[in-house]
Amino acid sequence: MSNAVLENRPNVPEEIPTFTATLIIRRFDPEVDQEPRWEDFDVVMQGTDRVLDALHKIKWEQDASLSFRRSCAHGVCGSDAMRINGRNRLACKTLLKDLDLSKPIYVEAIKGLPLEKDLIVNMDPFFESFKEVQPFLIASSKPEKERLQSPVERARFDDTTKCILCAACTSSCPVFWTDGQYFGPAAIVNAHRFIFDSRDEGAEIRLDILNDKEGVWRCRTTFNCTEACPRGIQVTQAIAEVKAAVLRGKP
Amino acid sequence: MSVTIETPRAPGVRRSRRFNVEKWGWIYMRASGVVLVVLIFGHLFVNLVAGQGVKAIDFAFVGGKLSQPFWQIWDTLLLWLALIHGANGMRTIVNDYASNRLLRVIFKGALIASAVVLLVLGTLVIYTFDPCPAGASPADLASFCPVK
Repeated sequence: MSNAVLENRPNVPEEIPTFTATLIIRRFDPEVDQEPRWEDFDVVMQGTDRVLDALHKIKWEQDASLSFRRSCAHGVCGSDAMRINGRNRLACKTLLKDLDLSKPIYVEAIKGLPLEKDLIVNMDPFFESFKEVQPFLIASSKPEKERLQSPVERARFDDTTKCILCAACTSSCPVFWTDGQYFGPAAIVNAHRFIFDSRDEGAEIRLDILNDKEGVWRCRTTFNCTEACPRGIQVTQAIAEVKAAVLRGKP
Repeated sequence: MSVTIETPRAPGVRRSRRFNVEKWGWIYMRASGVVLVVLIFGHLFVNLVAGQGVKAIDFAFVGGKLSQPFWQIWDTLLLWLALIHGANGMRTIVNDYASNRLLRVIFKGALIASAVVLLVLGTLVIYTFDPCPAGASPADLASFCPVK
């Protein structure tokens, strides 16, 4: 039986179909360029390849000076958020075949944070606002045994635990682009994660921090953040829940 | 033995709960928005659809409406809620997009000034409007005007 199957196998290995993708990348070298410039690259790719694979191929085979961040390359670490065809995406989660390949693919750094080189931005302001909402458990009881929580209480903030701090949401927010002081969606999402945690006792402190001129009231409900989130977090809804909690004065 | 700090890195003093313009601005936009939907569509229906429709609008029609306390209050509410709603919306846009300090002050000053002027003028018109001005042709006036 197994022999018959073997005999039917073609001798030549099956050719994996390839296609040529054109990427137009916004380059910036602070030592040479005054202004960012667009540069295009043609790469031969396969149907299973992602934008990150195309960037790798360019860096490894065509132009080693191309700079971008990536670590795990599987949508967990949140290093490679970038603007792909005008939308904030993780390069490692965006398949080339899902994009319109008849047109060039535009890749640039996320907006609203200081550009350092090519696709790399300075993330410090982003993490500063993250730190400001005190994204850690505040509990007065001594941790002598585990703090119990029912599945319902856990489900209350489940959505916002998924955040990987890639900054795709914050850098898609038009208020964040122009304001420069706004906390941004990611910080509010991470505040939400603790505000609605039944084990946490710092909700009022965080609500006070976000009841600021640059806090939740800056949100204009444009839903850019929800659309951008690679983890599918309902960011705008989380912000709306924090707004309602601020009005109530408690979670 | 190690020392357990009750609440490490917690801010010592809570910030005072002062009046928060942004919070109340946000609440105002939602509350006035709901009321404005009723006021605006009521206004449009009465002026453009009910009775003879849009053809009914002339000096006598407006004069007749503004001589009734019901429509005076309706129009006053419409004027104040809509103007402050619009001005506050413009204020948030200025806050979002005008990065220059001086420009921001100028824009907001102009916004407040124009809103105040329009509110005062509009309210004056609603409550001091004379539906039967002397010397006008009786054909143009509302039916309740005394025939001279």
